Amino acid sequence: MGKLCDVSIRGVEISFGAVRVLDKLDLDVAQSEFIVLLGPSGCGKSTLLNAVAGLIDVQAGQIWIGGKNVTWEEPKDRGIAMVFQSYALYPRMTVRGNMSFGLKVAGMPKPEIERRVNAAAATLQITELLDRRPAELSGGQRQRVAIGRALVRDAGVYLFDEPLSNLDAQLRAELRVEIKRLHQRLAATMIYVTHDQIEALTLADRIAVMKDRVIQQLGTPNEIYRRPANRFVASFVGSPAMNFLPGAFAVKEGAPCFLSEGIAIPLDGYAFEAPPQDGTPVELGIRPEHVEAGGGVPAKIEMIEPMGSDQLAWLRVGGHPLSMRLPAEACTVAGEAMQLRLPADKLNLFDAATGRRL
Amino acid sequence: MTAIATITPAITQPAGMRPRRLTPARIGIYAFLIVTALFFLAPLYVMLVTSLKPMEEIRLGAILALPRAPTLEPWVKAWSAACTGLRCDGISVGFANSVKILVPSVVASIAVGSLTGYALSFWKVRGAGLLFGALMIVAFVPYQIFIYPLVRVFAFAGINNSILGIVLIHTIFGLPTMTLLFRNYFASLPQELFKAARVDGAGFFRIFWSVMLPMATPMLIVAVILQVTGIWNDFILGLIFAGRENLPMTVQLNNIVNSTQGERAYNVDMAATILTALVPLAVYFASGRWFVRGIAAGAVKG
Repeated sequence: MGKLCDVSIRGVEISFGAVRVLDKLDLDVAQSEFIVLLGPSGCGKSTLLNAVAGLIDVQAGQIWIGGKNVTWEEPKDRGIAMVFQSYALYPRMTVRGNMSFGLKVAGMPKPEIERRVNAAAATLQITELLDRRPAELSGGQRQRVAIGRALVRDAGVYLFDEPLSNLDAQLRAELRVEIKRLHQRLAATMIYVTHDQIEALTLADRIAVMKDRVIQQLGTPNEIYRRPANRFVASFVGSPAMNFLPGAFAVKEGAPCFLSEGIAIPLDGYAFEAPPQDGTPVELGIRPEHVEAGGGVPAKIEMIEPMGSDQLAWLRVGGHPLSMRLPAEACTVAGEAMQLRLPADKLNLFDAATGRRL
Repeated sequence: MTAIATITPAITQPAGMRPRRLTPARIGIYAFLIVTALFFLAPLYVMLVTSLKPMEEIRLGAILALPRAPTLEPWVKAWSAACTGLRCDGISVGFANSVKILVPSVVASIAVGSLTGYALSFWKVRGAGLLFGALMIVAFVPYQIFIYPLVRVFAFAGINNSILGIVLIHTIFGLPTMTLLFRNYFASLPQELFKAARVDGAGFFRIFWSVMLPMATPMLIVAVILQVTGIWNDFILGLIFAGRENLPMTVQLNNIVNSTQGERAYNVDMAATILTALVPLAVYFASGRWFVRGIAAGAVKG
């Protein structure tokens, strides 16, 4: 097994010409941690990964891997292995050739190369593909080979650049589990870039949600999902997406409360970061599965989306759309009126001006 | 039972392959293609027929007629006995010279061009865009302009009138086209492939040799075709830079055809011309399939 390495990104800045891609970014990844960089395309997550790999130069800041400053090191000297979205297999080499190329370049003795390639192939169950060429493989097999090519390097840090984005949904789920299993087995540090929030939630020890050149929130999947730091994180993570109701914060008879077009939702029990002033315009966010039936908020069902394991009901509350998860057995029909309860401890309040969590 | 009843007979309903019909447009296309082919084949036919006739038959003037008494004598004479100026060794000397010029020139120009194209498309060389632009501009300048300065430079360096000189010339003049060809091909390959090779620890030449060049096989074949035909058909550069001893076949052919001593031996001229054109012709026939593939290769990646 490769040596265990932590990764530390310190004040890294990157720009392409006049376009700033990363702003003074700090991120510490612990040994054996699985960290996912999550964000929409163009947020700089891939750029950051490439910078860690040494494929893009940084304008400012440092990158430390395994306690060593590697800011100026070549990719091969950083003790990393990388898996790419387009697999990036060498088309003219066999699977065996692809997996052994890096070791051959490094001048490793043949028996050792053989041993490592066979071991990696066995782990990934691609032994019978070793003499085929990439063109003769399916997408899933190709990505397995690409992972195998990273595996033989026996690196301390594995970098994944949207490795599952080119695969269909079923294969994606399959390989996702496999990558997680691999992480448990190798206990290596892994940095994984994706725009798929399901991948992020399932794989990560910690998620760094990125947007506009900076990390918006860094936390465990649970924290990211339950207590999003701002409106962007709240809307980006979760499927079906969180509901948002515009309104204002008010204090009624000493109790905090959310007011919006004729509805009033009590907020006692909500854990405020910092209680806002009376009358502050806010946005209330609630996930579809947290909306409950049988409260004091009137709503009308407009549409039902059956999703197999459950149903998603689209309601209208005070002129705003709101989705709600219902059990698959629930017999509700469009047009029906119902009463909702929005439990205060499951709510998220965001400052309407800054988008920050309140 | 009900299923059978609902199937309508195939004759009335369109099903399966659509029948092909010979439309007027299609007839027009065929007619055009046939006429074009005849237009280009006619001169070749005349040359071939003339080269197989003795002079008495040619004097009759029926250039389209088949030879009544076919003879290979003009071919033998053209190859080994025709006079190129004062010497009468035939065009075989020129053939040998052309081969001596061709092989190193093709290898060198492709090697340099592919390496330049690779460097320009993958390594972020400072001023790469400017360099490439300059190279492209130079490609459109008529090369007659460069001849005099180059002769002076080569004379100064002492490599004028030598095989080395002419090989160098062909390499230099092939550089823009070869670079363009390979740069565009390499630019169509995914950048991630290059990144993967770098993470694997391969350097500049290792990536070129082990990863990129094997992928560029279709382009290599196209480059060989372009360079072989171009260099073989070259006249003026060979005349000026190769030197008296190394005159290529095209120059020798010109000397045979344009030397006027007594009667003009049309049959020998024709035979010599066909012999000279044989190499590019063979290249096209042997590699036509690859040629098309190479042109299309930019569209279908790895």
